[in-house]
Amino acid sequence: MQPDQHEIELTVNGTRYRRTVESRMLLSDFLRHELGLAGTHVGCEHGVCGACTILLESDPVRSCLMLAVQANGRALATVEGLASADGELHPVQQAMHAHHGLQCGYCTPGILMTMTAYLTEHPSPSEDEVREALSGNLCRCTGYQNIVDAMMDAAARMREEAS
Amino acid sequence: MKPAPFKYVLASSLDHALALKAEHGDEARFLAGGQSLIPAMNFRLARPSVLIDINGLTSLAGIDRPEAGQVRVGALMRYRALERDGEFLRSCPLFADALPHIAHPQIRNRGTIGGNLSHADPASELPALAVAMQAKMRIRSAAGGRTVAASDFFAGLLTTDLASDEMLVDITYPVLAPRSGACFMEVARRRGDFAIAGVAAVVTLDEERRCASVRLALCGVGETPVDAGAAALPMVGSRVTGESIDAVAAGVRELIAPSGNVHASADYQRHVAGELVRRAIRTAHQRISHAA
Ligand SMILES: Cc1cc2nc3c(=O)[nH]c(=O)nc-3n(C[C@H](O)[C@H](O)[C@H](O)COP(=O)(O)OP(=O)(O)OC[C@H]3O[C@@H](n4cnc5c(N)ncnc54)[C@H](O)[C@@H]3O)c2cc1C
Ligand code: FES
Ligand code: FES
Repeated sequence: MQPDQHEIELTVNGTRYRRTVESRMLLSDFLRHELGLAGTHVGCEHGVCGACTILLESDPVRSCLMLAVQANGRALATVEGLASADGELHPVQQAMHAHHGLQCGYCTPGILMTMTAYLTEHPSPSEDEVREALSGNLCRCTGYQNIVDAMMDAAARMREEAS
Repeated sequence: MKPAPFKYVLASSLDHALALKAEHGDEARFLAGGQSLIPAMNFRLARPSVLIDINGLTSLAGIDRPEAGQVRVGALMRYRALERDGEFLRSCPLFADALPHIAHPQIRNRGTIGGNLSHADPASELPALAVAMQAKMRIRSAAGGRTVAASDFFAGLLTTDLASDEMLVDITYPVLAPRSGACFMEVARRRGDFAIAGVAAVVTLDEERRCASVRLALCGVGETPVDAGAAALPMVGSRVTGESIDAVAAGVRELIAPSGNVHASADYQRHVAGELVRRAIRTAHQRISHAA
């Protein structure tokens, strides 16, 4: 069988890319291998771990459960785009740093993408709501408590920035 | 792992998608939200040779009201769009209870109602809702169309009544009737996991506040969603009491034949199902607005 190739054009973190991809290439692999954006991690490839979470337009999705060809014409955001151009970290990143919300860091990009979207939509969550929002992202290291603390702090930082 | 090679086609219209499916039959799969199909392809449990992407078919992505008392949901409606549609949730309140139990927000941003029902996972919430609400599924092929009752749509484990050239295009649900209350509950090991058991209940009273009907369906305890309406028949015609609810729960425990799985023994599933029936009927009954 001839490889089934498709030309796609998409925007990632504001930069336009044009590439030819085989139809079976997962979006997660496309980001990592074709665009060199290896901040998006891959853990399970069946939607369970959340390490590959990115934003499709503004919605968090599993990049391991989309084909690269499906991203044609779409705008994506990955962890590489979170900090501002001058290198200042996003409030969610600052809070993760301050609260020691990561150890090995494998789960971190997925958690950052999930939670920036969540906190934008829910600026004042309770701790229980934060735990629920995190339920689609597995972390082997931290036991979650420091991530929860970081997210409560991040919410406060984001509220302050918005006011 | 990675998917085996396949040919990808972005369908440009419903007719285009149906023509491709008619041409390729079982070798082809529709790609909707991809939240069940892509994991299966990544693990090579599914190896379609043609993938027909239906995500561009916006005509399948809406909600309308064909007649008073009915809501018609296009197959491509994503869970998140339904979750955010307050009017839909008020019309069909079982969805307000059930949708948050499906996976995680990241999955719900992509997964579709048509993909869910066509996948027909017996542990899934939505097949049980379709059976409890006596939904009607509209099916199309290049050759024509037909409508099937939910009770006839789910044929077995991950198996539906859909033929190899057919697509589920929309689902019609009845709006919650006057003097009715609804409740869905489930138990899962972790948030977002598939249910060990789940129960959808709809209770309707007559003008004297006697029970006029009870719809009851379970997920996770059989090879298809289980219609347990028969177990609730003894309640009909009298006032709803704690004893009558207990009797229905006992009847459901007898009726179902769960097989047990890695998360729960069959006995535990039966126990949980009975308790959920009790709580779901009680809550549905309590929710019936006293003004109505
Ligand atoms: C981590 C994880 C947890 C999950 N937990 C749950 C859960 O708790 N409860 C639950 O219900 N589900 C759960 N799911 C599954 C999820 O709900 C899927 O979205 C759903 O089962 C399939 O819908 P889809 O739109 O993604 O369909 P797809 O994956 O695109 O398709 C599924 C199947 O249906 C076929 N198909 C799709 N649309 C149509 C159509 N219109 N007509 C005919 N055939 C069609 C496809 O060809 C394929 O065979 C989970 C998934 C993941 C990854
Ligand atoms: S790699 Fe995508 S969810 Fe685990
Ligand atoms: S920090 Fe190691 S997996 Fe979360």
